[in-house]
Amino acid sequence: MNSFKIGILLFLVLATSYAQNYPTGKSILDKVDKNMSAKTRVMTASMEVGTERTKRTMVSKIYGEGDHKAYTEYLAPAREKGTKMLKLDNQLWIYSPTTDRTVQISGHMLRQSVMGSDMSYEDMMNDKPLLEQYQADVTGTETIDGANCWVVTLTAIIPDANYFTRKMWVDSERFIPLKEDLFAKSGKLLKRITFSNVQKVQGRWFPLSFVYKDMLKDGPGTKLTIQEIQLDTQIPASVFNLGNLK
Amino acid sequence: MIQFLFKGLMRDKSRSLIPIIVVALGVIITVFLQSLLSGVIGDSIESTANFTTGHVKVMTRSYSENSSQLPNDLALLGVDTLKESLQKQFPEMTWAERIQFGGLLDAPDSSGHTRSQGNVSGMGIRLLNSTEEISRMNLGPTLVSGKFPSNPGEMLLSDELCRKMKLKPGDKVTLISSGMYGDMAMYNFTVSGTLHFGITMLDRGLMIADIEDVRSALYMENASGEILGFFTNARYDNKLAKEAAKSFNAQYVNSQDKFAPVMLPLSEMNDMGFLVAYSENVQGIIVTIFIIAMAIVLWNAGLLGGLRRYGEFGLRLAIGESKHEVYLTIVAESLLIGIVGSVIGVIVGLLISWYMQTVGWDISSMMKDSNFLMPSVMRAHISSTTYYIGFVPGIFSTVIGAMLAGIGIYKRQTANLFKELEG
Repeated sequence: MNSFKIGILLFLVLATSYAQNYPTGKSILDKVDKNMSAKTRVMTASMEVGTERTKRTMVSKIYGEGDHKAYTEYLAPAREKGTKMLKLDNQLWIYSPTTDRTVQISGHMLRQSVMGSDMSYEDMMNDKPLLEQYQADVTGTETIDGANCWVVTLTAIIPDANYFTRKMWVDSERFIPLKEDLFAKSGKLLKRITFSNVQKVQGRWFPLSFVYKDMLKDGPGTKLTIQEIQLDTQIPASVFNLGNLK
Repeated sequence: MIQFLFKGLMRDKSRSLIPIIVVALGVIITVFLQSLLSGVIGDSIESTANFTTGHVKVMTRSYSENSSQLPNDLALLGVDTLKESLQKQFPEMTWAERIQFGGLLDAPDSSGHTRSQGNVSGMGIRLLNSTEEISRMNLGPTLVSGKFPSNPGEMLLSDELCRKMKLKPGDKVTLISSGMYGDMAMYNFTVSGTLHFGITMLDRGLMIADIEDVRSALYMENASGEILGFFTNARYDNKLAKEAAKSFNAQYVNSQDKFAPVMLPLSEMNDMGFLVAYSENVQGIIVTIFIIAMAIVLWNAGLLGGLRRYGEFGLRLAIGESKHEVYLTIVAESLLIGIVGSVIGVIVGLLISWYMQTVGWDISSMMKDSNFLMPSVMRAHISSTTYYIGFVPGIFSTVIGAMLAGIGIYKRQTANLFKELEG
């Protein structure tokens, strides 16, 4: 009987000490934010959108300042060339050269797909640090593509978070998410993002390739490849001006 | 013999008048109900066909599986060739390409920035240089202001949405939607006219534009979501529609291509199966109900007549006429009553039906905020069936009623006949 009690005690001690080896969710998110968030970003990226019938690749130049300002100009293909998007706080304007019109997108339209991709305007617009939006709990460890990852469950602490819960596999060495599942409040899996081509960018780890998969749609998903990136660089204020759209 | 019975019926009004009135009334109601129900149900089916389903509809297999989402990325390609082959294969039908889409309509202010916006459910139909679709969809009476598009880039918009967005004919708007390849599509239109249907689902935000404009807007060159087929000069015929679909689909039965075209009859779309089945069986239902109801009434009338003619039957049996012969004369009399009542009933019923077919009953005031497609004027529809359907309950119920009532003849005891007559 004594040996049984000792066994239980030993198990509890081991289990507790193992759990104590987990870093806190907050510390992980803090490190992820330090890698993924920047004061400003300027990048050129290609977006490969796969549909049931065809595949399209669009190239765009994106400017971002904090999580309040973003400006995107499409460079290719010809059909999209000259289309511009400006996000200021929670407002988004789109300029289309074919109609010569600047249209404001708001409300539920922000949940619509960007250029037919698996990303919504909300996905594209949200660059708020995770720590400001979610409470994080480390729930285990797993290996993805040979990299040891913390499995972190994020629960929204602000009412306007795009997804109520997120499950994130964070590389335990580089503190970069390698995979992310995004859930609705009902628990339904809405989107899956896989990150790859993690490289050192200005002294921090950054994934240069993302695949966004809308789990409610057929198709291979949307591949976003960053061709050039500059972080924390000076962006002229005129870029984030409505007049810059035309 | 028939002349003898007929004379008897004419001279003894109490034997013929009430049964003929009962038969005629039953037949009038049968004829009128048959024509009214087939008119109303048929018109509802036709409205749905003209607006959304056609009598048959051709789509790609993938589009058909997700048709509620209006997935134009799965639309038919090479529509000109396909339409040509459909016209050759089914010369008894006319074909119309349609594109259905959803989107956001944006009205600019004087500086070109967003002033107001509204969600639209759109439809691209052949509008320019053709009035076929305008008359098919009966758009004429729904035009509240402005005119039908006569130039490229013009469109019709729901009057309700126009008022919400503070628009009027002549104003410019921009459609923001999703192109055929999933890309964002923006296209400028001019509102040429506004429409009011009295049906909530259409008045909330319908926009109709010429199909070529919609093709340009959504990058759908020579493509369309759907090709609708309509029987020329005929109402929906489920058997013919199913046969057409079967013969068309047989060509692609071995194809694995999910973009291969598939044809569906109206009864297999938009939960229309029940309405089609109901329309096919409505005549049988009416006839059965009226045969039973009228047979019960005429059975009772026959029983009362039998009581009144108790002495007559007794005398006839006493002077040597067989029970069988007496019974047969009762049935033969009822047959004559049935024929006369049915002829009167069919003539009056047809006149009422003709009035309802020509003038109809305007129910638009009751259709306010309706959520389903139904014509605003209820009309009867006189078909070949209307001419003979009244005779079925008219004659059957009279004969059945007389046969049931006449059974009493066989219960008379020949030995007691003189005693009964003395009494």
